[in-house]
Amino acid sequence: MEKEFNFEEDLKRLEEIVDTLEKGNLMLEESFNLFKEGVEISKRLEKMLKEVEGKITMLISEDEEIEFKEEENNV
Amino acid sequence: MQLKAFSVSEVTEYIKKVMDNDIILRNVRVRGEISNLKYHSTAVYFTLKDEGAALKCVMFNDYSRSLEFTLQDGMSVIATGRITVYEKGGLYQLYVQSVQMDGIGALYIAFNKLKEKLQKEGLFDLDKKKPIPKHPRKIAVVTSPTGAVIRDIITISRRRNPTVDIMVVPVLVQGSSAADEISNALRILNKRKDIDVIIVARGGGSLEEIWPFNEEKVARSIFASRIPVVSAVGHETDFTIADFVADLRAPTPSAAAELVVPDIKVYQRELFLLKTKIMNLMKAQVLHSKKEFEGLKRALYLNNPIKKNEVLKQRVKNLKKSLTKEMLSIFNQKKNELLVLNEKLDSLSPLKVLTRGYTIVLNKEGQVITSSRKVKTSEEVGILFSDGRATAVVKEVKEDGERI
Repeated sequence: MEKEFNFEEDLKRLEEIVDTLEKGNLMLEESFNLFKEGVEISKRLEKMLKEVEGKITMLISEDEEIEFKEEENNV
Repeated sequence: MQLKAFSVSEVTEYIKKVMDNDIILRNVRVRGEISNLKYHSTAVYFTLKDEGAALKCVMFNDYSRSLEFTLQDGMSVIATGRITVYEKGGLYQLYVQSVQMDGIGALYIAFNKLKEKLQKEGLFDLDKKKPIPKHPRKIAVVTSPTGAVIRDIITISRRRNPTVDIMVVPVLVQGSSAADEISNALRILNKRKDIDVIIVARGGGSLEEIWPFNEEKVARSIFASRIPVVSAVGHETDFTIADFVADLRAPTPSAAAELVVPDIKVYQRELFLLKTKIMNLMKAQVLHSKKEFEGLKRALYLNNPIKKNEVLKQRVKNLKKSLTKEMLSIFNQKKNELLVLNEKLDSLSPLKVLTRGYTIVLNKEGQVITSSRKVKTSEEVGILFSDGRATAVVKEVKEDGERI
């Protein structure tokens, strides 16, 4: 699963875009480009919220993670 | 019979042998209160005492280093070690290997002392607390890998937001090595770049059981953590030193998951709002631009040379129209003025006077005679009536004052 994009950063960028558009004073082309970027980001975020399944891992050494499995024999 | 005389060394050696052979003294736990505590370069010296007796104690640094708390005068403890003779001093003492606090009261004292100390150092200062990220992608949970705590945290976290990564960092959460393991986990996590927030958790337990979270080592590791730390130890009513140092205290481990993992619905709502906003803004912008364009289009159209000619033509036509209209109105006005003047003139006409019985006298040349001095006797004059004329001869001329 790609991890390059960061949810928080994306959301921040989207907020930024909305702010810039809100302030106005933009050429149509500029605002259209921003709009396009914003729509792309929101699509990406939506997809992420719908499809991405977070991993559950266990840190077994300084830099080694393995999949975490809960003990089956919970009393 | 005389007894054999021993040297001091001999008798001391004997006593030592007796004591060292004693199964109890070889490994003994002694309960008492610490007094005369003195730190030396290689060891800590103190006396354990109760109401009836005192016991000298020495604890070498190798052992005192692993103490989980700082020894204090007046502290009630249980010291474990062996009792033997210190030959040079001629005394017996307890060679302490470990010390544990005796009873809850002592733990409370230790708790309060550490709390006070760290508070003074500023470890609890609110302005040192790091904000908990609103949208964490990956959270680390430092806790026991088995049991209800980790299970609850995972369950709640998944339910709230299945996109968040969870990394379990397994540690012992009670016992003498727990504090070290927790500190170490925090240190390792801080080397990583992918952790947004750390939860340090443990289920409820007795004060002794949750003690690792009251240890200075853990407190300092939490304080040193670059990554925000949320503490979640025991039940709602349990407060630990870790809670005071942590950036956020969760009343329970489950609550920690609720506090740290944002509900996915919040994201969805936030995203929806932003999306709607951006759509509306774009619509408004397009509308605005369209209006602007329409205005420009109109301006361009008006400046088209062909159209411009037509426009000028129209303008000339309009001007002509209004000129005619203007002329006509001026003409009418003048006509009216003329009419009025004519009437006035008419009323002033001498002919009008003639109708009222006056006449005008004219000489032969047709000039009006306005003075008696202008006529002579026997001169023929014309008399002008309103409806005709007559010729007369002047019989007599009289000047004013000689009127008939």
